[in-house]
Amino acid sequence: MAIKERMSGNEAVAYAMKQINPDVMPAFPITPSTELPQFVASYIANGEMDTEFIPVESEHSAMSAAIGAEAAGARTMTATSSAGMALMWEMLYVAASNRLPIALALVNRALSGPLNINCEHSDSMGARDAGWIQIYAEDNQEAYDNFIQAYRIAEHKDVMLPIMICQDGFIISHGVENIELLEDEKVKEFVGEYNPAHYLLNENETMAVGPYAVTSYGMESKRAHAQAMMNAKQVILDVAAEYEKISGRKYGFFEEYCLEDAEYAIVAIGSACGTAKDAIDALRAKGMKVGLLKVRVFRPFPGAEMAEALKNCKAIAIMDRCESYSANGGPLAAELSAALFKAKSQAEVLKIVYGLNGRDFTVADAAKLYEDLADIAANGNHETEEYRYIGLRE
Amino acid sequence: MSQKGFKAIQERPERLAPGHRMCAGCGGTIAVRNVLKALHPGDKAVVGNATGCLEVSTFTYPYTAYEDSYIHNAFENAGATLAGVETAYNALKKKGKIKDNYKFITFGGDGGTYDIGFQSLSGAMERGHDMVYVCYDNGAYMNTGIQRSSATPQYADTTTTPVGKNSNGKPQSRKDLAAIMASHNIPYVGQTTFIGNMMDLYNKAEKAIYTQGPAFLNIMAPCPRGWRYDAPEIVNICKMAVETCYWPLFEVIEGKWHLSYKPKNKLPLEEFLKLQGRFKHLFKPENADLLAAFQAEVDKRWEELLEKCE
Repeated sequence: MAIKERMSGNEAVAYAMKQINPDVMPAFPITPSTELPQFVASYIANGEMDTEFIPVESEHSAMSAAIGAEAAGARTMTATSSAGMALMWEMLYVAASNRLPIALALVNRALSGPLNINCEHSDSMGARDAGWIQIYAEDNQEAYDNFIQAYRIAEHKDVMLPIMICQDGFIISHGVENIELLEDEKVKEFVGEYNPAHYLLNENETMAVGPYAVTSYGMESKRAHAQAMMNAKQVILDVAAEYEKISGRKYGFFEEYCLEDAEYAIVAIGSACGTAKDAIDALRAKGMKVGLLKVRVFRPFPGAEMAEALKNCKAIAIMDRCESYSANGGPLAAELSAALFKAKSQAEVLKIVYGLNGRDFTVADAAKLYEDLADIAANGNHETEEYRYIGLRE
Repeated sequence: MSQKGFKAIQERPERLAPGHRMCAGCGGTIAVRNVLKALHPGDKAVVGNATGCLEVSTFTYPYTAYEDSYIHNAFENAGATLAGVETAYNALKKKGKIKDNYKFITFGGDGGTYDIGFQSLSGAMERGHDMVYVCYDNGAYMNTGIQRSSATPQYADTTTTPVGKNSNGKPQSRKDLAAIMASHNIPYVGQTTFIGNMMDLYNKAEKAIYTQGPAFLNIMAPCPRGWRYDAPEIVNICKMAVETCYWPLFEVIEGKWHLSYKPKNKLPLEEFLKLQGRFKHLFKPENADLLAAFQAEVDKRWEELLEKCE
């Protein structure tokens, strides 16, 4: 029987970490992910986990030590937010290029400046081209479920890539909600043992990691890495299907909420999707055909699948919880617009930036956005700006 | 140890295979070969490496010169990387997944150790990982083309402290990293270079590897390109570095300082400097005061070291 509990997102992910009990965790404190290494350290101190915890002196060293540990043959995890991820930046690429299936619990927070500790997706979106798998959550339950699935995806022989399990800082990480947890044994059986094919501490063969690659070899390495990301798509679906069997909860690349007959759709990532669902329920009651596409998997990017799911929509708002300073909207809007174009979509697209530095996104904001979409669908898109902010103070 | 016993050690199989692309007359590879010789036969090792000449020349895909498992990660994180490997070893050993004994040795140049990798090194030493960090100190960023580091000696001509009408080379004197490492209260710190039959280097490497806990080894490793000398001159340069007390040989064992060698007649610093093109400008008559200042700095540090070793 599943265990019913009340937990914050951080508690939930820490609980998943305890159940998985990886070999090594190097980590460094940063708000709002600090609780994760704290919980793990407590579990270890109380004999509930036997993970080796490395209290490193920076996030750069956290990712560096994670690379060393994973390459050595140990199942490894870490956690961070914002500036911590930025300090890891260089090593994120190395971890992925070395094809090391490290799991990183990311608690999304704004990058500086200004210095701000609240939710934004600028940290993980900035790292979107680092070669990591990225999976996002709407709430504590999903953050927990995603973390349990993480190693099965990352360590799959056709993938072998590091994975970022993301949750919205404070909104999910510190918000306490009901949750259903799996029994320890079920998790243990689902995740399984880590037995890498090659590793530094293999007593039967030596291994060299991190070569200097000249022009004759480097490009093939990157293409192979890209192939692994393509392969990850099927693995993510397979692991989700297996997870549904033990949890009863269904996962895919994205969730469609009232989308099938929707004329107006919002596409968003993370906790804002819960807000949009409330608006949808209210507007549907009034007969308005509104729906949501909640992006769960951002890397690999399921562009064609999303375009297919949105094919009956007249107008679509694509929402980014980060600025990319491209003067052209955020990264989700850019990538999904390209996918819609490729799919020959005729829908009007509204690019939205919202929620920066933790600014609230309300049910009223979402409802207004659907009304704007209806207006655009009826009267044409008269937007003069490339993209629009929601919630900006006048 | 008897000379005969030491001969047997020198005849141990090389753990850094020939065929790598390091320069003739390079001190870096001499350091690596001799440190790895101190591993007891049968003991396994994971060798780490900061980015630098050594890395790009010994692990150029698809070839590796290392007989042991090896990991290069980046420039500034050799300490943290090997700390991760060592921790993985503890985790897997605890779970019974590994039976063999492994030792952990990482190599960084002075740029990757004194400067950009300083924090990562300090963290790894402070946390007490059972590993050896070996700095092969050639006193500049040689891989990128002889830029000054905090290990570069005062007045050296480098590409970022070039000698010119208004410049006499690097204005600052070098950071004393061995002393800083000793201040971490780690069980073993050694400073050495290539002297005679390498017995001093061997002894220190052996102690560093087989001391439980973190150890730091600072090896002066001349670079023919950066120091501007003919390859065979390396032996003489190392000898003069020690005989002038520019590069003293010492150990710090459990916080206690020991001098490994005291020259009978301390030679003037010029004997070391005149062998290298990077100090050529110091021998112009108008630069006599610089030479005197450099000598005074070396004397001061030597006296301080003698005091610590008493």
